[in-house]
Amino acid sequence: MRIALFVTCLADTLFPGVGKATTALLERLGHDVTFPQAQTCCGQMHVNTGYLQQALPLVRRYVEVFEDCEVIVAPSGSCTGSVRHQHAMVARRYGDEALARRAEAVAARTYELSELLTDVLGVEDVGAYYPHRVTYHPTCHSLRLLGVGDRPLRLLRRVAGLDLAVLPDAETCCGFGGTFAVKNPDVSTAMLADKMRSVLATGAEVCTAGDSSCLMHIGGGLSRLRAGPRTVHLAEILGSTRDQP
Amino acid sequence: MSTYLGMPTAPPGVGHLRGTQPFDIAARRALGNSQLRRNLANATSTIRARRAAVVGELPDWEALREAGRAIKAETMAHLDRYLEQLEEQVTARGGTVHWARDAIEANRLVTGLVTDAGAREVVKSKSITTDEIGLNEALAAAGITAHETDLAELIVQLGHDRPSHILVPAIHRNRAEIRDIFLREMPGADPGLTDAPADLTAAARTHLRQRFLAARVGISGANFAVAETGTLGVVESEGNGRMCLTLPETLITVMGIEKVIPRWQDLEVFLQLLPRSSTGERMNPYTTLWTGVTPGDGPQRFHLVLLDNGRTAALADQVGRQALHCIRCSACLNVCPVYERTGGHAYGSVYPGPIGAVLSPQLTGVEENASLPYASSLCGACYQACPVKIDIPSLLVHLRARHVEERRQRRVPSPESVTMAAAAWVMASPGRYAAAQRAGQAGRVLGRDGRIRRLPPPLSAWTSARDAPVPPPETFRDWWRRERGTAQ
Repeated sequence: MRIALFVTCLADTLFPGVGKATTALLERLGHDVTFPQAQTCCGQMHVNTGYLQQALPLVRRYVEVFEDCEVIVAPSGSCTGSVRHQHAMVARRYGDEALARRAEAVAARTYELSELLTDVLGVEDVGAYYPHRVTYHPTCHSLRLLGVGDRPLRLLRRVAGLDLAVLPDAETCCGFGGTFAVKNPDVSTAMLADKMRSVLATGAEVCTAGDSSCLMHIGGGLSRLRAGPRTVHLAEILGSTRDQP
Repeated sequence: MSTYLGMPTAPPGVGHLRGTQPFDIAARRALGNSQLRRNLANATSTIRARRAAVVGELPDWEALREAGRAIKAETMAHLDRYLEQLEEQVTARGGTVHWARDAIEANRLVTGLVTDAGAREVVKSKSITTDEIGLNEALAAAGITAHETDLAELIVQLGHDRPSHILVPAIHRNRAEIRDIFLREMPGADPGLTDAPADLTAAARTHLRQRFLAARVGISGANFAVAETGTLGVVESEGNGRMCLTLPETLITVMGIEKVIPRWQDLEVFLQLLPRSSTGERMNPYTTLWTGVTPGDGPQRFHLVLLDNGRTAALADQVGRQALHCIRCSACLNVCPVYERTGGHAYGSVYPGPIGAVLSPQLTGVEENASLPYASSLCGACYQACPVKIDIPSLLVHLRARHVEERRQRRVPSPESVTMAAAAWVMASPGRYAAAQRAGQAGRVLGRDGRIRRLPPPLSAWTSARDAPVPPPETFRDWWRRERGTAQ
């Protein structure tokens, strides 16, 4: 299958390993990966901070860039959530019904990585090898906006060598919340403290999730405290093999 | 862009819909209170578990939620008609209906009714709405003493405190604190009072019983008002509400106009949704329904005050009006990770938590409660728990947008709006975007051992507690171009 990668601005700029791992994983499974280079950002930060009008050109760009693609994958629950649940709403708010319909059509072909693997490609064992103790944090937007359910866990359970530890209070928000983290830094940190306590309680060396943003938050806290565990995106775990760890 | 016809009318300085500090500042202080943090974590986790258990046993829970949502949406679409029907039915059955535009008008009305009844004291129950309008203060100014009779409201009143939860107003207090308040403030309290729940309840019962028997006027709120029959309804756990509703000669009920429901049969839906969502019970211990006046039985004079106080302004916003669907169960507070850590006082309004963050700014005008729509990480736990499916995360985003749009009409743009406009301009072009990425890579010089410990404002708010990642030497798109060329 020909799959267009929407790498997301955050992974593109700060976590390129997530994009490389997604590419390697899908190619290993025998698919063609394309990267439309006119892509930028889904506009979620603007929408969630209230700047819907500024997000409108970004919605239009996303639609124009990906409109001709058969299937689009993003290694992010929240960016996929924005495409699926916000793009048409933004277009309608400013009276562009035609754009809203096009956005809905593209959104219907945009998948978060674990959705693409399990629902579209029908695979759970991706042939990965990752010999570490790992705990999984279900990010809020993947869990409640997309409803990915246990798809990421089903994928992780099939990874050779991986020791999966259950995260206590897993479904509680880590406190990232986009600009919430800087507008309400104290509350955000209080939530982070509890999430880090849960991660540490598992004895895992790696905390994984489907969103680089939440991982940047959790990982930034763990790193500041020299707590031990590190954060690794789900794509990077699924992309690892014995030959190319 | 939409035009909002309704004007918020809750006037500043009256009632309790606004805090004195923005949420982030008030929250910082609350977060430092370890007793509060422990009390809240214990209480909310207990209620959460109870709710999950009783909701889980209903196979048709999702259908019930959808029914609740649909009834509320239909009610809001024809609110004028249902309110007039309610007035007609209440009047036909011997009650008197009053309309109050805002807090000041409602307070004046109620104070006048109490004075007309010749009372200097009133007993009150189940009325967060009267707290919204600051009725107790207005009564006090007229020389009338109001006695709160719901146990938690009594604790709050005796402690000269503010409620911090819609359903459990004293959730921020533990047993030891409650005992201390009773010993200090309750006339004739036994000095040997322990903090055992049964002892505390017995002390409150003794204290309240005299007030119930002496009261000539009772003041209540309402959970529902049935337009079809003119019936008012209150659900509660203690029975104190029923004493308030049945013992006095005069009953005054203050109700927000959004509490009306069209039909008697609609109670079937809400009486299932509410107790399971609020206290985590299959059925609440006391449900009191009354219709007008019944000669020789219960209050012989019944006044219903229908309060707007900003509600029609919320109704005028087709997205925002969803907040009026709320049945005050407080399930969203109990599942909210922000509320659980800050408690209710940080929100500055009698309506705290996620629903408060979308309701209070609409009642006062967004500018006057501008920090509240941002008091959420948009995690969506509230939407999942809401028994009438209010999409609180989308409402929060909508109110943020209203705030940004209202601010844009000012001449001087805020630093944030400049940053957001610049970011949107950059993102709208792949060329500018790639150039900005390269500029950002200059940030690599800030990195030590693969992390950045300090960034300048506003990102210092990030690095105050978290390391930031060092920008990599090569972005993904540069890697792709190097490896695969410029073809897709």
